[in-house]
Amino acid sequence: MRLIKLLLFFISLTPIFVFAAADIKLDRAPIDTSDNASLQRGAQSFVNYCLTCHGASYMRYNRHQDIELTNQEISGSLIHTGQKVGDLMLTSMKKKEAEEWFGVAPPDLSIIARSRGADWLYTYLRAFYKDDSTSSGWNNLIFDKVAMPHVLYQLQGQQVLNIKSVSDGKGSSEVKELELSVPGALSKQEYDKFVTDLVNYMVYLGEPHANYRKKLGMIVMIFLLGMLGLTYLLKREYWRDVH
Amino acid sequence: MSKQENSMMEWIDKRFPMTATWRAHLSEYYAPKNFNFWYYFGSLAMLVLVNQLITGIFLTMSYKPDASLAFASVEYVMRDVNFGWLIRYMHSTGASMFFVVVYLHMFRGMMYGSYRKPRELLWLIGMAIFFVLMSLAFTGYILPWGQMSYWGAQVIVSMFGAIPFIGETLSNWILGDFMLSDAALNRFFAYHVVTLPLLIIVLVFVHIIALHEVGSNNPDGIEIKSNKDPKTGIPVDGIPFHPYYSVKDIFGVVAFLIVFSGIIFFAPEMGGYFLEYNNFIPANTLQTPDHIAPVWYFTPYYSMLRAVTVNFLWIDAKLWGVILMAAAVIIFCFLPWLDRSPVKSIRYKGPIFKFALTLFVISFLVLGWLGTKAPTPLYTLLAQIFTVIYFAFFVLMPWYSKIDKTKPEPKRVTK
Repeated sequence: MRLIKLLLFFISLTPIFVFAAADIKLDRAPIDTSDNASLQRGAQSFVNYCLTCHGASYMRYNRHQDIELTNQEISGSLIHTGQKVGDLMLTSMKKKEAEEWFGVAPPDLSIIARSRGADWLYTYLRAFYKDDSTSSGWNNLIFDKVAMPHVLYQLQGQQVLNIKSVSDGKGSSEVKELELSVPGALSKQEYDKFVTDLVNYMVYLGEPHANYRKKLGMIVMIFLLGMLGLTYLLKREYWRDVH
Repeated sequence: MSKQENSMMEWIDKRFPMTATWRAHLSEYYAPKNFNFWYYFGSLAMLVLVNQLITGIFLTMSYKPDASLAFASVEYVMRDVNFGWLIRYMHSTGASMFFVVVYLHMFRGMMYGSYRKPRELLWLIGMAIFFVLMSLAFTGYILPWGQMSYWGAQVIVSMFGAIPFIGETLSNWILGDFMLSDAALNRFFAYHVVTLPLLIIVLVFVHIIALHEVGSNNPDGIEIKSNKDPKTGIPVDGIPFHPYYSVKDIFGVVAFLIVFSGIIFFAPEMGGYFLEYNNFIPANTLQTPDHIAPVWYFTPYYSMLRAVTVNFLWIDAKLWGVILMAAAVIIFCFLPWLDRSPVKSIRYKGPIFKFALTLFVISFLVLGWLGTKAPTPLYTLLAQIFTVIYFAFFVLMPWYSKIDKTKPEPKRVTK
């Protein structure tokens, strides 16, 4: 038993090692995938701003019934490409042209939230700054020399990068900070909320069944816990005569 | 039993040994009565195998083994197939849980000396199952054709390329192309859904036949067959598998399903360990990910592969890594002959064995953790140290198991 306890102790330590290292400090995305109003706003922004260049080609439009949109609302406000509600959310930009324009085809966004994570997307969409050295004129604090221009600059405004050196007795380190130089149509709070809705939607887009999965999981767990008790009693009953 | 059923059974028994088989393997197969927690994992491994077979069949109905369609077909399963997400998560979680239960099953064998005479062949058949399981995991992981599928497979295939003289030809022969491509995806699919499942089913069957021939070991490591009731010929410490262990295993199954469902429904990615985040990006043959890590169950061996950094004896470091990695898996096969202790179970073995086994488990876990990390000089040094400990456990066993102070084994099984 002492051996097993020792092992369990070491196993319990592993998460500390695993989660100790983090490269970039990301802002936490304050999302809530059960908030359908937020998801609907996010869906609207997504088709208006993202779908032009990026596809979400594993997702069907009529799937948005999940977030309480009717087929009529979907074809009225989400579909700008003349597709039918049962169609996949394809981009209208051709891959070859995209490569000519940006050097790289914009990635499909269907499951981008599953590879990047919500916090990364939330930070990324708020971290563009003016940089005349890149071909698009934009750069990003957490994705250096990204090919994507800041498509939301009219909302956020323009940020510039300030590099300050902070000295703390032992030595100096560089701190990168973004500063708003030209205000956009939205205030900082409004823009953060706009991005929150958009990221919330992309998280939903990555795994549309996620909320249902958790709900079904609760029922399965309750059933199994009941079964655990019953099977334990059954085992005890059968084992009564084993000494 | 009613008369009609009785005659029905008689009719069958005259044509097929139904009742005899039932008795030999279930109702009159006598297992030691002192099985503990560690004895659940054999039946659980079988449960997971059945889970993989059934969910696998349903996945095959919608999956497309074509480099240009594979990734999208997996997302099609996740979104457009009724309960496809559940089937896929059951399969992906099942793959990882297969290794969890098999590693625990093997650890049980190492603790209680289940590989010792007369169970050497049983242990070897088990090792064969383990090799097939690893091949199944490897070929299955390629199928979604994500970035990690592609580049993880690239690493493994390049290992064959490290073999001198024939390496290049061999890897081309395995891939059916000069690089990892659609041809390889198709053949790995064939292995994953036909060849390897057939093999594993046959081997599991043989494993159970061998087990029932020699009888189960137990936490005390003593043979219950050497103490039989003179009248009935039944081991006095044995109880019929059915109903005692069948009802006990049902309890174990439900407990396991709680953990299994917890992962499937609430954390299917398991923090990036069961489903890696980079595998949600379609395979890109031109863009190597910054950091390639295999799925967690291969990381201890991956660490050893990377641990060798020096060329030695005209053989370059990479090939040594491959040799070491293969040796790390194969060396388990020699356990029955490496262990020279007069007792089987850890309960009666001395402090040296307990210390050695603990150190071995720690090195396995640390190597596993290191395998998920990008290498740094410190990590590489750690991997080298723990690789040495890993092998020392086996290589020094004939010596330390002999000189160890053991306790006398009891005559009868204890609690």
